[in-house]
Amino acid sequence: MVHQELKEYVGKMPESLLKEIEETCPAAKIKKVAKLVFEEYENSKISAGEAVGLVSAESIGEPGTQMTLNTFHFAGVAEMSVTKGLPRIIEILDARKNISTQTMDIYLNSPYYKGKDVRTLAMQIKETNMDSVVKEFSINVVDLKIDLILDTEKLTVLDLSSKKVQKILEKALDKTALIEVKGENLEVSLKGKEKDLNQLYKLKEKIKEIYVGGIKGITQVLPVRRKEEYIILTAGSNLRKVLDLEFVDGTRTTSNDIHEIKKILGIEAARQAVIEELLQVVETQGLNVDVRHLMLVADTMCSSGELKGITRYGVVSEKASVLARASFETPIKHLINASIVGEIDYLNSVVENVMLNQPVPLGTGMVRLITKK
Amino acid sequence: MTSTKKFEINKHRLVPKHNLLSEKEVSQLSKQYSIKDIPKILVTDPAVEELKAKEGDLIKIERESLTAGRTLFYRRVVNA
Repeated sequence: MVHQELKEYVGKMPESLLKEIEETCPAAKIKKVAKLVFEEYENSKISAGEAVGLVSAESIGEPGTQMTLNTFHFAGVAEMSVTKGLPRIIEILDARKNISTQTMDIYLNSPYYKGKDVRTLAMQIKETNMDSVVKEFSINVVDLKIDLILDTEKLTVLDLSSKKVQKILEKALDKTALIEVKGENLEVSLKGKEKDLNQLYKLKEKIKEIYVGGIKGITQVLPVRRKEEYIILTAGSNLRKVLDLEFVDGTRTTSNDIHEIKKILGIEAARQAVIEELLQVVETQGLNVDVRHLMLVADTMCSSGELKGITRYGVVSEKASVLARASFETPIKHLINASIVGEIDYLNSVVENVMLNQPVPLGTGMVRLITKK
Repeated sequence: MTSTKKFEINKHRLVPKHNLLSEKEVSQLSKQYSIKDIPKILVTDPAVEELKAKEGDLIKIERESLTAGRTLFYRRVVNA
């Protein structure tokens, strides 16, 4: 609840300021302080006509020159290599569809986040092929059969049995092979009249690749302790499937693929993700960029309802002016296309007016004078 | 690994609160801002689908801002 004396400022000042005044000021001085804060707030507002985009570009660009290009790898340490530094910034700002390293942070529900069964859960998330649940493939050359000796420990983790594996194989091989359960193991033989060893070897390789469990797309899992809880880091990403899992905390689990976030959580979530990802890179590099700049960039990228990168195919292609588009990249292509369709340039923005040596609509150039007769 | 749970998009940390504006609120808003040229949001956006909004509706978004606490943002629903 807002203090009585602060009520008149609600809607005029940001909530965070009001809250801070209320928390830090003695009740007697609240009115005076609020007045001073309000004055200061009004003075620090950006004035109309200020080129905020330009300021942001400089404020992100300058520290960008100091960023390290190399990503570090630590030999022998259990960690995953994720794109960092400048390459990552470029990736985010371009809004690339296929990013170089996808990863997810999977948070767990109670009681699992305290470390209970994390390894098992991680194994359940990882995409598993036949190759990793079979201990041994032995080819019986005389009878032309393959004996699959199954890894029972792994099967129980994945909640599978030899019966279930048989079903999966039958479905995947589409009746080209005969699969029999022999105790805990399986025996695979070719169907049809022509049987030879070559085909059997091919079948073996085919079996290795068959998907048996886990979540498709997740190639590596790594349970780690972060602060007081255990989370699972992954290589590869599949938000939709992971968020539906029973033991996953669906409120905090995220991916670093912004397009995936946009698809599953919407454009507003994507905006938030862009800001967070940028901020994370900037902070890990030990640089200091104000969030407001990153927020502005994220807002421009998301304002059309779709994720648009700062590229000639994204944000720049939305510009109304031909000359402005031509001044960014591939000028000749833009000029030729514009002249073919007879585009009109209304000279409403900055770049085109600079080209034509006219006042730009910025600062004092934004206003016109009207005289009364 | 059978799961019946369906995750709720509104509860996710990254998703701010989306609200559909009523006609009265829209006319109120148009007095304050020029709402002709405001940012867009697609009808197919998961957060909009949840609200069952139609093309042309306005959506109010309550963001948790890093600098100003809670801030309001508006988007117009458009077809893809």
